[in-house]
Amino acid sequence: MSIQAAEKIKEKFPDVVEETHSQAGDDTVRVQRDSWFTVLEYLRKVLGFDLFVDLTAVDYLAREDGLPRFEVVVHLRNMTTGKRIRVKSRVPESDPSIQSLSPLWKGANWFERECHEMYGILFKDSPDLRHLLLYEEFEGHPLRKDYPIDKRQPRVPLLASEERRFSRPADETPHGHGPGFQE
Amino acid sequence: MTVDSSKDLHTDYLEVMMGPSHPAMHGITQIKLFLDGETIVSADVEPGYLHRGFEKECEDHRWNQIVPYTDRLNYVSPLINNVAYVMAVEKLCGIKPTPRCDYLRVILSEMNRITDHLTCVGAAVMELGAFSGFLYFVKARELYYDLMESVTGARVTYAWTRVGGMRWDIPEGFEAQSVAAIKETRRILKEIDGLFTKNRLFLDRVVDVGVISREDAISYGITGPFLRSTGVAYDVRKAHPYAAYSDVEFEIPVGENGDCFDRYKVRMAEMEQSMRIIEQALGKLPKGPVNVDDPRFVFPPKQAVYTTIEGLINHFKLVYDDVHPPKGEAYGYAEGGNGEIGFYVVSDGGNKPVKCRVRPPCFAIVAALGKILEGHMVADIVPIYGSVNMIGGEMDR
Amino acid sequence: MGLETKLQSIPAIASKVEFFINWARKWSLFQYPFVTACCGMEFMSVACSHYDIARFGAEFPRFTPRQADFLLVVGTISHKQAPILRRIYEQMCAPKWVVAFGACACTGGFYDNYATVQGTDKVIPVDVYIPGCPPRPEMVLDGLMKLQDLIQKEKLDEHLRHPKYKALMP
Repeated sequence: MSIQAAEKIKEKFPDVVEETHSQAGDDTVRVQRDSWFTVLEYLRKVLGFDLFVDLTAVDYLAREDGLPRFEVVVHLRNMTTGKRIRVKSRVPESDPSIQSLSPLWKGANWFERECHEMYGILFKDSPDLRHLLLYEEFEGHPLRKDYPIDKRQPRVPLLASEERRFSRPADETPHGHGPGFQE
Repeated sequence: MTVDSSKDLHTDYLEVMMGPSHPAMHGITQIKLFLDGETIVSADVEPGYLHRGFEKECEDHRWNQIVPYTDRLNYVSPLINNVAYVMAVEKLCGIKPTPRCDYLRVILSEMNRITDHLTCVGAAVMELGAFSGFLYFVKARELYYDLMESVTGARVTYAWTRVGGMRWDIPEGFEAQSVAAIKETRRILKEIDGLFTKNRLFLDRVVDVGVISREDAISYGITGPFLRSTGVAYDVRKAHPYAAYSDVEFEIPVGENGDCFDRYKVRMAEMEQSMRIIEQALGKLPKGPVNVDDPRFVFPPKQAVYTTIEGLINHFKLVYDDVHPPKGEAYGYAEGGNGEIGFYVVSDGGNKPVKCRVRPPCFAIVAALGKILEGHMVADIVPIYGSVNMIGGEMDR
Repeated sequence: MGLETKLQSIPAIASKVEFFINWARKWSLFQYPFVTACCGMEFMSVACSHYDIARFGAEFPRFTPRQADFLLVVGTISHKQAPILRRIYEQMCAPKWVVAFGACACTGGFYDNYATVQGTDKVIPVDVYIPGCPPRPEMVLDGLMKLQDLIQKEKLDEHLRHPKYKALMP
């Protein structure tokens, strides 16, 4: 991991870096949302982090301290030096949007499309934000914590019900008998 | 005097859906093609027909319960996914597996890498028309399925690693069976090499087809054999050695042109290197326990569970409440069959993850597919797609 | 259509004709392998030389529903894929059978979430269920043999009477 890159970012952009840490050996930098593109452009063009590893978002719904709900996370690697870095940025629920990274890395587009449909985060100036893994008729953003896991949206009329079956009523215990059992 | 009347005809591009239930698409990708005759003008790849909600399931299950879900990501080399996942969690927890566990993870990962490449190249040549080649590849693959079955009990999906170690140790006779399997695989690979590598029919279909440049590949985030075929010698096992990879000697085969034939050669050469690694690791396999001796993560021995109250409580707590990694995040990665498979795990100190993200290697490759296909003919889609090794479980999760 | 119904009324001939037709059908099944996920690996093993589904005459995959006899649904069906599965089933001609291969195809497996259809029988009528995650090749062959038993017992005008052929009609 690259401590030097994190230090260089702090030097160049001192007022946008909110936090850096190296938990478990992964160097991480958290920046403010408005300077997302400039910091990542610096990483790409000046520091040479050319391999686009991953882009995702995390939903911290149960956060009590009033901090923004989402956090967009990018992992990068520098192919010449072999160093890695993680860059994060907090995105509030009221305005879930952040600048797109497609001009810098070609691979960013598909990762952003997936992040958009799963979390509802809008990537400004993205060339393409259509559905990727889900279908057009799907409403909602399933990876948000308030989307129930078994809320299904079938595309074709189903032949039978898909209700979750393991929450049983009180009189039907695993070792007992169902209602209506005659001894 | 001839008149070229075709200039007056109104022509349009033909839009064809190479739909999701298509044998060459491995069942679950749709490519919307705009064709000018037989040439592809543009291709729009739509994945997602196998999206099974892996990340949502992870947020609903405990840390060790996620291991079976990771199997079904890259289901041709499941153990590598298991290893990458538990490595991410162990990195977060700060525990180091035992040496024997490291070596066993290496041996079984390499066996799974061999099954991955056998399946990939086998399916690719079958789609090009060489069905008998596929039969040879699957015959070799059966040897490894039998080996994995003797260790884990299952042929395809194992769920064999746990946070802190593995489920149990390898059985008696495993080394002898592995050595025999490797010998047989070498013989089969030699036959296959004779069938394809200098075969004019095969070469005409794959040489200079599906070329991608080095810079494009890196910008798309492509790793693994696809990247190595363009000439970049990046392999996670050498660049960031994990488990016991720093103790074994092996080479990284690298291609030159970045076409389908280079990918075929890289995969065939990687299988030989994997066999070398297995032989070396089997020779150096240290003795000792397979799980770390840490009561927060690993069950105590059965003797203690049945005779002491602390053992009983420890066992009970781990079964019902599972492990509790410290608060924070970690990114653990391994070299999968397609490239760097990474797990980004976020924990809040509880027994379920806040987020468990898998970084799928073939997602990045299929993202580039639309660009690679431009200018090729429809018939070239088959070898290109075959060399991508799109594994739906990994791409769509 | 009329021929089968007329023949049914002459039991002595019908049963012999039925026997031969069903015998011919069950030993020359053309499969449509609708392969999506991990069970595809075991499907490949079954189709290849070690476990050899060719002994049962069922080795040749027909990748077009017009020419296929039975639809082998291998692997998880997601909600995105469900309309395609239904369309493929509707495009097949009678007589047709469906085999749900694997736990995900039978009941959705352990993916009980927003994306997965909880079993193929929610989308199309299924004849044989082969459980397992993934099922061993021997189990697949056992399932195929059960399908063959089912085929052997069919009546001549099955496709006129069996509710599965009417299940998807509006």
